[in-house]
Amino acid sequence: MPTRRRAFLILATLMLLALASFWTALAAGSIAVEAGDVLSALLGQPAPGADVVLQLRLPRALAAFACGGLLALAGALMQVLLRNPLADPYILGISGGAGVGALFAMLLGLPALGIDGLAFAGALGAMLLVFGLAHGDGSWTQTRLLLTGVIVAAGCGALVALMLALAPEDRLRGMLFWLMGDLAQAADAWPPLLALATALALAMPFARELNLLARGLIQAQALGVAVSRLRYAVYLLASLATAAAVTTAGSIGFVGLVVPHLLRLATGNDQRLLLPASVLAGGSLLLLADTLARTLIAPQQLPVGVLTALIGVPIFLFLLSRQPK
Amino acid sequence: MSTALLEARQLRVTVGERTVVECLDLKAGAGERVAILGRNGAGKSTLLSTLAGLRKPASGQVLLGGEDAARISPRQAALQRAWLGQFQNDPFASTVLETALTGRHPHLGRWDWESSRDAALARSALQAVGLDGLEQRQIRTLSGGERQRLAIATLLTQAPPLYLLDEPLSHLDLNHQMAVLELFSGAARDCGAAVLMVLHDPALAHRFCDHALLVFGDGRTETGAVDAILTAKKLSGLYGYGLRQLEDGGHRCFIPE
Repeated sequence: MPTRRRAFLILATLMLLALASFWTALAAGSIAVEAGDVLSALLGQPAPGADVVLQLRLPRALAAFACGGLLALAGALMQVLLRNPLADPYILGISGGAGVGALFAMLLGLPALGIDGLAFAGALGAMLLVFGLAHGDGSWTQTRLLLTGVIVAAGCGALVALMLALAPEDRLRGMLFWLMGDLAQAADAWPPLLALATALALAMPFARELNLLARGLIQAQALGVAVSRLRYAVYLLASLATAAAVTTAGSIGFVGLVVPHLLRLATGNDQRLLLPASVLAGGSLLLLADTLARTLIAPQQLPVGVLTALIGVPIFLFLLSRQPK
Repeated sequence: MSTALLEARQLRVTVGERTVVECLDLKAGAGERVAILGRNGAGKSTLLSTLAGLRKPASGQVLLGGEDAARISPRQAALQRAWLGQFQNDPFASTVLETALTGRHPHLGRWDWESSRDAALARSALQAVGLDGLEQRQIRTLSGGERQRLAIATLLTQAPPLYLLDEPLSHLDLNHQMAVLELFSGAARDCGAAVLMVLHDPALAHRFCDHALLVFGDGRTETGAVDAILTAKKLSGLYGYGLRQLEDGGHRCFIPE
């Protein structure tokens, strides 16, 4: 039976994991900083490496945590909305739209702000397009929404491939890194952090209703959930959370699919626990992956999306194999 | 006389372009049991979900506890009536107890968690349908009949004054069919619940219900006390198949010719 106390204990554990991830991220790098010095730097006392910690590593770490949290939260919401445990934040074409926008901006040679702006516009465009097409006759069943999303995503994929084919050599690397997910460009951590806090605060009051929604639309309605209003809200929230993450860090795969799924295997499918737990675990996973991405073969950086998959796949397979039948 | 728990006024129900129920007036008060019978595809389920306020009627009104179902919030409606659907599908894992506890949703505030009292209610509901001991089982491992009984237990946990049951006996063996019908008859008799159920067996309908509603599928309906409505002549017309009627110790039974 779900209880507050159990949820609290699990969240406290994940909070420790998140703190440990931050610690690692701030201490590790080409200039190693002692654990004590990290703390002094954070407290504003002079310490060796304080500038590196505060100016370079902290903003990037915060951005990584926020993006991971946003993606995992959006994934958990999409899985409920589509009643499909294999849904991820990108399944409805949000990242495809953002990809088209971002690559187009790079093709035009726009600065970072222009890339972010067009990526966000692309994500919103895809969101509205999918909603408009799926909602056409007012039914927007899960199947219709899923199919529309997958088709729009496929269309965006084709446009992305077209732009990659047309792009000049010198811009190709940046484009590929954007597509695989890259936090090196994430200069300002506040927009994604703010988006994360807002999204979680908006989703939590409806967590028990989401539990019912996952069991079926009409069952949820019969048990007292205002289903159609809730579905609009969840679609909007999950899409905007995804758009915020993708705009900041490119389309980092895997976090949004696997983190909620993994937590569901470990703790059960109660959204009151799953949503905040996904935020903490998703944030920590991306933060650790990003730390590895910039330290493994430093000074060269790896695309973080590759590492999220390399870390996540074995954990996921392990949990799956020991799941009680 | 207190207000009826369920009332339909000049109700018209359509499926696509087809009108399946027209000008239906229906009342169910405390302690009343109503059987709904008709052929496959006649619109029984559509009618039932309309009566539950889950679907808008083409015209007319549904009143739940005296209030217009179109105007009350889903939560208020859920405190007033429970609805059992025909299909249960579970894309996500969940235990039997967690599933039964979902019935408490309308009774809980936004930030409430299920209390031990809610858990006790869920456990006694599981016991009532013979699922005690299976609380921690995963719902995916249940048989069809067990899953159906769990859905019924969820309704009991919801504990409303009005039950709307769409084929409550599907997947159930004979013993559990009788147990479930006894259970809802008990709820009607002892707790003053009203029960409407879609049934396919006119003999069971005659035995466990006070009134019957025949749905012909072309807009016509017929309603009345079971003794008057559930006769070989009317049922032969309803199903389009000749039936013979036998009486035995107050129970009526129908045999296809």
